[in-house]
Amino acid sequence: MTTNDSGRRNFLMQALAAGSAVLLAGCDRLSRTEWFPQMLASAEKLSQGAQRLVTARKSMAQEFTEADLSPTFRSNGTANPDSPTYQALATKGFAAYRLAVSGLVENPRSFSLAELRALPGRTQITRHDCVEGWSAIGKWKGAQLSALLDAVQPKPEARYVVFHCADPMDEIGTKYYESIDMDDARHPQTLLAYELNDQRLPIANGAPIRLRVERQLGYKMAKYVMAIEFVSRFDHIAGGKGGYWEDRGYEWYAGI
Amino acid sequence: MHWVNVIAFFVLLMSGLQIFNAHPALNWGKSSYTDRPPLVEMVGAQAPDGKVFGVTRVFGREFNTTGVLGASRDEDGAMAARGFPAWATVPGSRWLAMGRRWHLFFAWLFVINGVSYVLYSIFSRHLARDLAPTKTDWRSIGRSIIDHLLLRHPSGEAEKRYNILQKLTYLIVIFGLLPLAVITGLSMSPWLDSAITGWVDLLGGRQSARTIHFVAAFLLVAFLLIHVFEVIVSGFWNNLRSMITGRYRVRPTETPHDNE
Repeated sequence: MTTNDSGRRNFLMQALAAGSAVLLAGCDRLSRTEWFPQMLASAEKLSQGAQRLVTARKSMAQEFTEADLSPTFRSNGTANPDSPTYQALATKGFAAYRLAVSGLVENPRSFSLAELRALPGRTQITRHDCVEGWSAIGKWKGAQLSALLDAVQPKPEARYVVFHCADPMDEIGTKYYESIDMDDARHPQTLLAYELNDQRLPIANGAPIRLRVERQLGYKMAKYVMAIEFVSRFDHIAGGKGGYWEDRGYEWYAGI
Repeated sequence: MHWVNVIAFFVLLMSGLQIFNAHPALNWGKSSYTDRPPLVEMVGAQAPDGKVFGVTRVFGREFNTTGVLGASRDEDGAMAARGFPAWATVPGSRWLAMGRRWHLFFAWLFVINGVSYVLYSIFSRHLARDLAPTKTDWRSIGRSIIDHLLLRHPSGEAEKRYNILQKLTYLIVIFGLLPLAVITGLSMSPWLDSAITGWVDLLGGRQSARTIHFVAAFLLVAFLLIHVFEVIVSGFWNNLRSMITGRYRVRPTETPHDNE
């Protein structure tokens, strides 16, 4: 090997290091522009379209056995909503809880926990996949959202179901919320869950009611659901992207 | 095609590490919360004196990896808990939502590019002519291994052809590792999991699939390192020119002893 060669190699290594630093800075700068993340987000529609193309409309999420249950079901995000109204409900065991249903429905009304328990329900052992990458398996029991739909009769123009939650996410009191479309709302595994692992749903996991949308990631499955609203669009709600995390850059379609 | 691949690979790798950092542990099985500890885990911890240090646990053995894994310096220069360091992730700061956008966009680019390459290789007979090992190739495997270990490179007309180790490596990467990375990537989608209920169990469950995805990515990194090393030692500028323009200058045949 000649000195010329090793000099060349050193130069190459330095060029590579400098080049990668420039590329990294470039990636970070692109991430902070407006147009680039929007271009990247175009893949969301592509993924959603492709995934819907290869799955049946009512394809069922995998269900597991008791042997697969996670020893404890991890609580993520809010573990105990820091709000006086919620705490007042919680101290009385949610006896005064009413789930208000409004918006584009023929019969707007509210449901007590007993009324929700009286709706046709389902028990399922499913895997909860968090956007962070972890999974936990739990046994859920709840009212089928489709049964609630039958009771309130959504109008034909209703396209989304919005879930308004009790948990404040910051000091100024921004509340968690989420939205799903009517296909997911009518899916047999979509539940308003009131039990986890044969116990009353713990506060850490969303008491008294949390949503289960089994074909999507965890952040879609709103905890502490207080009100349900049927809408034709959601761009007027909060940040306009259809959910608390969606307003912060996460995809509305969380099937991937 | 090759250069689209290069860009997409680096973006996928580094945005993948960003996503990994949101939960810097690898498990085997259907879920992350079983009675078994993770196979690999990176944690940042605080010593009694307040100093942050990074620990990596691999199959129950602990390593202090402060500065690189588990804890590394953030943009302000402060030591903070994080799986892979800022210089290895896209974006550099902790930003899962943006990491996912990069990853899920470039995944499409990578797959479309890769499928186009395979189709092109089949129809142009590149696959059959240049990549499929011949009988002579198989007989030369012993000598090829020794040549590679001694960094002895062919000259003359043999330079223009792939040797048997090259062919096998490329075939394993194209038809083994890359599809594996794509399939395990897709299997992490809860929506696709419902397409054929239970298919993820063929990969050992979702968390196993996530682990395989990670291992496949690092095997691809290993391939890349060897690939780039071989490109450099077998005549960097000549190779690079041929990769860009298609022109390759053949060295006159030498006896092996005169090599460099």
